[in-house]
Amino acid sequence: MASLGAIATAPLKAKREGDKSAKSIVFMGVLWFTIFFSVLCLGTLLVNAFFDGWTRLDGNLITRYSSTVLPETAGARAAILGSALVIVITAVLAIPLGVAAGVYLEEFADPRRWYNKIIEVNLTNLAAVPAIVYGMLTAGVALSIGLPRRVVLAGAIALALLILPVIIITTREAMRAVPREIREGSLALGATPLQTVWRQTLPSAVPGIATGSIIALSRALGEAAPLLLLGGLVFVSYDPNGLFSGYTVLPIQIYDWVKEPQLAFQQVASAAIILMLGLLLLMNAVAIVIRNRYQKRW
Amino acid sequence: MTSHTYSTRADSAEDDHEAAPRVEVNRDTRRSLPPDPKPIMECDGVDVYYGDFRAVTDVSLGFGHNEITALIGPSGCGKSTLLRSLNRMNDLIVSARVEGSVTFHGQSIYGKDVDPIEVRRRIGMVFQKPNPFPKSIYDNVAYGPRVTGMKVSSMDDLVEEALTKSALWDEVKDKLKDSGLGLSGGQQQRLCIARTIAIRPEVILMDEPCSALDPIATSRIEDLMIELRDEYSIIIVTHNMQQAARVADRTAFFTALAAEGSGDRTGLLVEYDLTTKIFSAPADERTENYISGRFG
Repeated sequence: MASLGAIATAPLKAKREGDKSAKSIVFMGVLWFTIFFSVLCLGTLLVNAFFDGWTRLDGNLITRYSSTVLPETAGARAAILGSALVIVITAVLAIPLGVAAGVYLEEFADPRRWYNKIIEVNLTNLAAVPAIVYGMLTAGVALSIGLPRRVVLAGAIALALLILPVIIITTREAMRAVPREIREGSLALGATPLQTVWRQTLPSAVPGIATGSIIALSRALGEAAPLLLLGGLVFVSYDPNGLFSGYTVLPIQIYDWVKEPQLAFQQVASAAIILMLGLLLLMNAVAIVIRNRYQKRW
Repeated sequence: MTSHTYSTRADSAEDDHEAAPRVEVNRDTRRSLPPDPKPIMECDGVDVYYGDFRAVTDVSLGFGHNEITALIGPSGCGKSTLLRSLNRMNDLIVSARVEGSVTFHGQSIYGKDVDPIEVRRRIGMVFQKPNPFPKSIYDNVAYGPRVTGMKVSSMDDLVEEALTKSALWDEVKDKLKDSGLGLSGGQQQRLCIARTIAIRPEVILMDEPCSALDPIATSRIEDLMIELRDEYSIIIVTHNMQQAARVADRTAFFTALAAEGSGDRTGLLVEYDLTTKIFSAPADERTENYISGRFG
């Protein structure tokens, strides 16, 4: 009993030397520095853009077209509408296709088949392919089928191809997070695999799919390279009015203004950068809210 | 049936935890059964493989009509695997394969023209962990009838009937629109039983249905099984020998043995008899060792 008592009263003080060794401190320092550095870069960009562009954050920015002769009142109206239209078409093209492909791969594809293995490997690789490659692909396909390259539809196809792998992967992950018990419970009640997907797995996966899709679309929104390659127009002074209309988007408009020597163009470019960053922040915030509010905890 | 004396509190209790504890009784002593079952399902020479691994070897037994059959044995003896092969849930595991014959009313459930969906509709299953769908209590119960396209004159009546039979109606009748996930563990498991009953299966397979529940919730599920056996044939896998002794009419004892020619352990049926016989005078020494707590 005496020895037991001694054990019970032994101090609970932890030996913390492990956390205070030089190696740990250096490692923590590196981690803190990387965070600090990323935040600093973003902060510098924001502050810089804000000081350059805040005078131009006015009604003109969203109501007026760009102008070569009046840089002081040039606006991004065509680019804002172009971005909105292109992103909507991109979503319409990419989300149904990506979700369907993800559902097939996760729920129905036999992972032992060689062609499914190939799809699997390629999908991961595709997600890492540089954006401009999708622009080249679309340009090539558009040329061979006679689709004009400089229209909304061509741009939306390039961006849809760009984010398709991301949406497929997101869908698969969201489906995988639905517990096996739910599928088994449904199948054990005489539901077919298709009914099980349609009534159980897919509805449970929707918040995850929505979150991933919004983040993918925000990437598409900030993308200029594939659209430049397709010959996206840099100077547009009309509203895009359909799938086969010429268009410009915010990143291209910014790119065009930044090239100009006049200070007024630099300022409006900064204003447009603030606007675009604000939009991206908003989209990502919506994605996070959806994830936190609707994602099911099992 | 006499079991009603033990379940009257189901009407008044609001929650599993308010129920009074009850004395353990081997209810089996109250039933006289023929020495051999009148089988609704039969296994004959059943082997179940996962890839090259043989999880269950050469199991032959018949599951009695309107009886409760318990499958007991140590972990890894293949009893859950066997249970899942009785309604083709093993089809969902790509590498799983069943050899030998499993029949339901004399028809092979693995026959070429047999629809596994129809098999699962006739042979329902309740799982180890309560798995209500993230839907309302009502929709959980109505799910099976809806997906199978059952012709029902009134879904409300069917839901009430299933919840009543699973001794849950009084506790949930005022909150049918609430999520099934908001119920206690024991209530969730009874909801899963109600959901299974709603498609009117003939056999209900239960895979350790009480292992995630506290003793009081367990006792209510056991009461329920006794009540349900008049209408359904129940096959239950359990780790809890006392549970088998309390509810089962017949008990099959499985064990895991190293298969000849390989180091892998495979599940074997050691002994199958009336529960009273298994627990009082087992014929096999291994059964006796297991039920007396010497191994497993």
